[in-house]
Order: sequence, then structure tokens, then C-alpha cells
Amino acid sequence: MRTIFYLIRKEFIQIFRNKFISKAIFAVPIVQMLILVPAVTFELKNVKLAIIDKDMTSESRGLINMLAGSTFFKVSFSTFSEEEANNLLHRNKCSMILQIPSGFGKDIGNGKQGKLLATIDAVNASSAELTWAYFNGVVRDYNMDLIKKNITSGSFFPLPRIEITNRYWYNELLNYKYYMLPGILVILVTAIGFLLAGLNMVREKEIGTIEQINVTPVRKYHFIIAKMVPFLLIGLTDLALGLVIGKVAFNIPFEGSVLLMFFGSSIFLIAVLGLALFISTYSGTQQQYMFVAFFCMIIFILMSGIFTPYESMPMWAQDFNLINPVAYLMRINRMIMLKGSTISDISRELYSLVVLAILFTTLAVRRYRKTV
Amino acid sequence: MNNTVISVHNLVKKFGSFTANDNLSFEVYAGEIFGFLGANGAGKTTTIRILSGLSIPTSGEVNVAGFDAYSQTEQIKKNIGYMCQKFSLYEDLTVKENIILYGGIYGMSKSLIRERLIELLAKLRFQEYENRMISDLPPGLRQKLAFSVAVLHEPKIVFLDEPTGGVDPITRRQFWESIYETASRGITVFVTTHYMDEAEYCDRISIMNDGKIVALDTPERLKKQYNATSVEEVFIKIARPDT
Repeated sequence: MRTIFYLIRKEFIQIFRNKFISKAIFAVPIVQMLILVPAVTFELKNVKLAIIDKDMTSESRGLINMLAGSTFFKVSFSTFSEEEANNLLHRNKCSMILQIPSGFGKDIGNGKQGKLLATIDAVNASSAELTWAYFNGVVRDYNMDLIKKNITSGSFFPLPRIEITNRYWYNELLNYKYYMLPGILVILVTAIGFLLAGLNMVREKEIGTIEQINVTPVRKYHFIIAKMVPFLLIGLTDLALGLVIGKVAFNIPFEGSVLLMFFGSSIFLIAVLGLALFISTYSGTQQQYMFVAFFCMIIFILMSGIFTPYESMPMWAQDFNLINPVAYLMRINRMIMLKGSTISDISRELYSLVVLAILFTTLAVRRYRKTV
Repeated sequence: MNNTVISVHNLVKKFGSFTANDNLSFEVYAGEIFGFLGANGAGKTTTIRILSGLSIPTSGEVNVAGFDAYSQTEQIKKNIGYMCQKFSLYEDLTVKENIILYGGIYGMSKSLIRERLIELLAKLRFQEYENRMISDLPPGLRQKLAFSVAVLHEPKIVFLDEPTGGVDPITRRQFWESIYETASRGITVFVTTHYMDEAEYCDRISIMNDGKIVALDTPERLKKQYNATSVEEVFIKIARPDT
């Protein structure tokens, strides 16, 4: 046991003697939180509209005013030429073309169906769907106004209708930052776990110091644990730093137990560090390691459900996520921070992480060869 | 003198179809300085790696400090010191930090490490270097220190793989003084070298060529046998018999 202490001390001296790494460890979380949290958003605002109003009646203008009045849309162009509008869409000057054919106002006045044509740029499918949904919402409101007007003028019977009152739980204002911040924290911890320890190990191989270690009676698991502990502590320090920034800069709510989050993150870090060191046993150079580790990290992060809902992934992807530690921590962090989940709510995720931590660390220790 | 600490019988080590060690047999006795000579690529480093438990033999019997080189590599490692041609102390640690680290790895007590550290710094006249980083030391000093660290835990055998490569003659001389001093403490020294004048200092030498041991005896007897005035001459006669 005393050996581990000597080895850990050596790692810490080396990390903090490296001027670049010792600063980067603290700079990275600050930069990442301040840039990514406000930048990564799916919220749609100010969708640029090009409008072809061939009707030019008070009805068509009423609709346009409603669109312009909503926060989602911004009427950027008005034209009578379809070609010009298409051109604008093509050059990314607008994201949607609304065509109001002549006779729109007349048809409505006559109690017939008014017709509209919306053309939406669907290069980004999800934002196209959102645009469509917002547009639908505005048109629905406009419809209701029409119906109300007709009711008061007495020419229609009141229509039975269902009114829905909705409440958004856990994130009432639908603040996207609240959703992304726990996820960005996961990415932060993942990067620390994946890159630093693995590179450190491969560097010892490159320099040759590992040979001097291998010729000593040091136990394999001592050496692996000594490589893990410093980066585990650094990861947790960065997590704390990230949380403080979240509180100070974004006033993020924290419903659950901070301690529980650190507990979950510790198990997660052991799993990721184990995997990183396992990969490092296969790599002879830092370049080889970076390539493989980066590849794994990107897959893990993108499949974790940080951007896309976990449940809407295909079944095979959900199965893959059984061995994806990032997916578990993503859920744990969001549930703790936004829902205030307790240990029993996230026990399945925690158990899974424990299994992965044991699995990956065991693999790393077994694959690490002192004698070839 | 016939207390065997290393015994090797029919050692073969193959890498794919390449035979690095071809049927080696030799013994090394306690307390002697055993010179392990051979041209570049003759297979010396392969043998040293096997003897120090870093590499498993393909076949043959190998016993180091009473332990088997197939199944007891970790016990071997407890009983040996090792210093390889590639300098292997941590360059970003200080002299003191390196000594404490290796002392700790070998399970030495805190007070013993402290004691050895002071002793070692005094012996090497290293006091002013105690808190200097290894990367700031000249190569000669680094190698002396690496050797001292390799015997810090008083092993039974110390393996030195070209310890004096790229070192000036004065430092080499001092280095060999420490080797003598170490051997006089009863530590067996197993050393490979390219410098034939150093071979003269060994109690016994073996000469390797193409993975085989072609000569093994005291320097004096080898010189007599090959009718040579120096080990260098012996070596050239053996390595290039046609010239």
C-alpha cells in the first residue's frame, strides 16, 4: 500500500511541474463552460421569413403581422417573385418562404378554406420541424381569432373545442442552458478521464521510464491505481469548478444532492480511466493513443444522449449504450440537477457504472504487462 | 566463489523466425563482475531482459537469484537492480524525488531511504544537486546516479546494459570505481559494454556473436588462448575471424 502512495506522489509532482498541463487543468473547465453552455442550444429564435403576399388584403396582412409579432419569426424579405424567394432560400438568406396566394382574404371572407404554402429549408431536419411547429402554432392562433370574430358577429355557432393547459416540469421556462449544462459537465469530466491518464501512460512508454518501473517488483494494480487517482481527483476538482461557474454565470438550479453527483462522477471517472489505461496498453505512441481514444470519446459522447434523446435512438444504439459510461452519467447528472433525483432513482445507472468501472479497470490491469 | 547466482542452460529466445539468443549456457557466481560482450545486435540486450524478468525465454532453463525466469519474474525483480542503456530516471523529478520514489517502490522504510539518500549524495558529492531536476544534470552525473539508484535496495545482482555509453573517460573511470565498490559489497555485477578496456576490469567475460556465446573465461586466459595482447584483439579475432 505504501508503494501506491509513493507512486501517486510522483504523478502529482510531475503533473504540477508541467507548466502547461497544470494551467490547462484549470483553464479548460472555465473556457468550456463559458463557451459551450450558452452556445449549444436548440432553441429557435428569429427564423428569417421571405413572404410572397399575392393577396394584399387585410387578412393576409393580419397573418403577416402575427408572424412578425412572434419571437420565433422575423420577416426579412417581402417579394412578389417566387424565383427571388427561392434564391434567398438557396443562399441561406432566409429559412422559410410563405406564399399567400391571391384570393386568400376573399376565401376566408366567404367562409371557405384559406390556402397557404410554406417552403422550409430542411438541411437541418430538426430545426425545419421546429419551424413548422412554430408556424403551425401562429396559424392556429390566427384561426382562433377568425373563429372568435365570426362568433361575435353571430354568423357561426360556437364550436366545441378542447383546451389544453400544459406545464413544463423540472425546467419550467424551457431554458435550454439548464438542460445542456449538466451535459457539458459530463463532457468536461469525460475529456479529463479519457485523455490525460492515457497519454501520461503512453508517454512513459515513449520515454522508456516504464521499463525501469517494470523491472521493479511494483505490483501491476499499484501502478494502474497510481495512474488513476491523480486524474480522478483532477476530474472531480474540475467538476466542482464547472458547477461553481454554472451557479455564478448561469444561475443553474441544483435540485439534488451535490455529494451524490460527485459520488456518481467518481465511479464514472474510474470506469473511463480504466478504459483509457486499457487502450494505452495497446498503444506504443501518443499519436496512436490519441487516435483511438478520440474516436471512442466522440462515439461515447454523441451516443450518450447529450443532444438527441436517448429514448429515440434505435434499439441497437440503446443496447450499445449499456457499455457507454457517458450515457449513464449524462442521465445521472441531469436527473440530480434538474429533478433532484435521489440515490434510489438513479440506482440502476450507478450499478451499471460500478460494473463498468470494475470491468475496465480489471482489463487495464490484466492487459498491462510487466513481462513480455 | 562457486556460489551460482545466475544459471542459464540452453536458453533460446526467438522473435518470429529470428533467433536472438541461440542456445546459451553459462553461470555467473556471487560477487563477481561478469562482462557480457558482443557486437551490436549480437543479442546481449535480449539476454539481459530475460535475466531481469522483462522478457520470457522461448526455451531453456534460466534461474536468477534462485528464481525461475518463466514463472517467478516478480521474485527475480525483488532481488535485482537494473540500469539500461537508455537513461531511465524521471527527468522531471529531482535527484531526491527519484531516490525517494525508487526506495519506496522497493519497499524500503522511510528512515532507510533518508539514510541512503544522505549517504549517496555524500558519496557522489551530489549534495548541491539534491533538489536539481535530472534534466538539468550532465549525462555523466545522470548515469552515476542511475547506477546508484539501481543498487539502492542492495540487490543480489545488478544488470548494467551499456552503462557508460556516451560518457567521457574520467567519468567512465569513476563509474568503474563504483562498480568495483559495489562488487566488493557482495553484489554481483552483470555488465554489457562496447569498451574493450572496460572488459579488462571484469572477473570473467563472455563474448557473443550472432546470438551465440563463442567465448567465456577470464580476460587473461582468453588473451592467452587467442594469443592476443588485449581483450580488444580477442574480440576482433572472434567477431571477424577472417580478418
